[in-house]
Amino acid sequence: MADIITKATRVGYAEGLLYLGETDENVVVLDADLAGATQTVQFKKKHPDRFFDCGIAEQNMIGIASGLSLTGYTVFASSFAMFASGRAFEQIRNSVGYPHLNVKIGATHAGISVGEDGASHQCNEDIALMRTIPGMTIINPADAVEAKAATIAAAKYDGPVYMRFGRLAVPVIFDRSYKFEWGKARALTEGNDVAIFATGLMVNEALIAAEQLKNEGIAARVINVHTIKPLDEECVVNAARECGCVVTAEEHNVIGGLGGAVCECLSENCPTPVVRVGVDDEFGRSGPAVELLHLYGLDAAHIVESAKKAISLKK
Amino acid sequence: MDKQLKRELQMQAIRIRMDVIKGTFNAKSGHPGGSLSISDIMAYLYFNKMNVDPANPDWEQRDRLVLSKGHTAPALYGALALKGFFPESEIERLRKPGSFLQGHPSMRLTPGVDMSTGSLGQGISVAVGMALGAKLKGEDFNVYTILGDGEIQEGQVWEAAMFASAKGLDNLVAVVDNNNLQIDGTIDEVNSPYPIDKKFEAFGWNVINCDGHDFDEIDAAFTFAEKKNGKPSVIIAKTVKGKGVSYMEYAVEWHGKAPQQEEYEEAMNELQDRLSELETLAAQE
Repeated sequence: MADIITKATRVGYAEGLLYLGETDENVVVLDADLAGATQTVQFKKKHPDRFFDCGIAEQNMIGIASGLSLTGYTVFASSFAMFASGRAFEQIRNSVGYPHLNVKIGATHAGISVGEDGASHQCNEDIALMRTIPGMTIINPADAVEAKAATIAAAKYDGPVYMRFGRLAVPVIFDRSYKFEWGKARALTEGNDVAIFATGLMVNEALIAAEQLKNEGIAARVINVHTIKPLDEECVVNAARECGCVVTAEEHNVIGGLGGAVCECLSENCPTPVVRVGVDDEFGRSGPAVELLHLYGLDAAHIVESAKKAISLKK
Repeated sequence: MDKQLKRELQMQAIRIRMDVIKGTFNAKSGHPGGSLSISDIMAYLYFNKMNVDPANPDWEQRDRLVLSKGHTAPALYGALALKGFFPESEIERLRKPGSFLQGHPSMRLTPGVDMSTGSLGQGISVAVGMALGAKLKGEDFNVYTILGDGEIQEGQVWEAAMFASAKGLDNLVAVVDNNNLQIDGTIDEVNSPYPIDKKFEAFGWNVINCDGHDFDEIDAAFTFAEKKNGKPSVIIAKTVKGKGVSYMEYAVEWHGKAPQQEEYEEAMNELQDRLSELETLAAQE
């Protein structure tokens, strides 16, 4: 087996920003005293004139992003997911979402894989928060390659985008030929026994789960949902219809995230049993990231178990 | 200030006040008190200060106004209508379904509105971002923002104030509408932000105190505010909530309620009398 290359999606974000820095002079990057952690420091080093550190003031940072966008800039505003989506929620809702401004929120350190810093910094609520803002696009890349491609694609799109990145180095699953398709969910494996919709670092876990299921004679269709809003409803409904049962997998509360979005879509269009893998409506805790992922059931083993449960729920 | 110009501005301010009363009366809701307190500053900005083009509301080099105290939209709408951004008849449809005049300003619906506001404390940050954008682009337009004195209780205002001075945004002028009243009472009773001038001074701003109903003082304040010395400027405008309608003046209950039929007539008559008086004076001068 070839060595697995691992890289955090926040690094892919920084690579995307660096590419944009070279190719688009209208791109401006903001941070809130976390440039080293969010990786925007890479952009800062190359383009200090188009980088502004707003200090520890996320609410103001979002407003500044809006103001800059109104003078013609494409703005990427970065912080940890907790503070970007949580602390500045209402600024994003009223000063970005409502006027539908061209502001991209680069939220890193999302989910439980923040690790040792613990529950105060482990944001499992951001997708739910952002989903309720009309006109908001939400992208949660599966690896660093997709993260870079999504960042570049976001700059070409005129409107608000929430991009969710992780701290933890995770396996790179896409190669250089990868093309980011805006708003499209794509099957990564073929199968008609169960559809597994996964997002973020759970895509790799779903692929491992699919291998295990295959050994047990179960053909799982793993679908990478990098764009959670707008949801690729056609893909979701078709896969549910063809497989007859569904598992969702995300590093987020099972309430309001990908699982919620898939359930909402299917209950209206194609009622299908759905088993949700995610943080089970509880706060996180301190510990090594990988250990925590197992502790909270955010792994291949839990996906396998959930897939079997989903299959048992088929009529 | 030139006498004729002053008369003109005084008359425009009365017309803005009439639009405030007309709009809130027809909507049966809205915020007349704080709209009336900023009517003179609104008249000054749109009819003497800001470089805007009603025929081209999105003109990139225009001066911008972010009404951070967005609930006083009726005064902004009055100024925009009088300036020619849209027909004055729309004022009567304020807050009605189908109208482009929302209860709080919406930049996507209303020509001339530079930013959607309404949630207090947020507008100033956007104005700071616009001022930063102008500096970055090398454009020399100014950005104005109007805040309520109660609004500055929001912490975000001070985040914005800190950033604006740290970045030397001298193309930014904030106005604090110091009418001393907020919904729950006087601002010092509720949660005193005083001394407002000392606070902004400590945050590195040029600070100018003025009478927000005296055009000579308003003019001097804005002239001073635009001296571009590497610091943002704030004008603390002493105003009267409900200014120009006798029964609304200094009365906190007129923060957020609309006049009834008789009250409407009384207010309009008072304003009309004042306008006629100004017209007579102007004719004599």
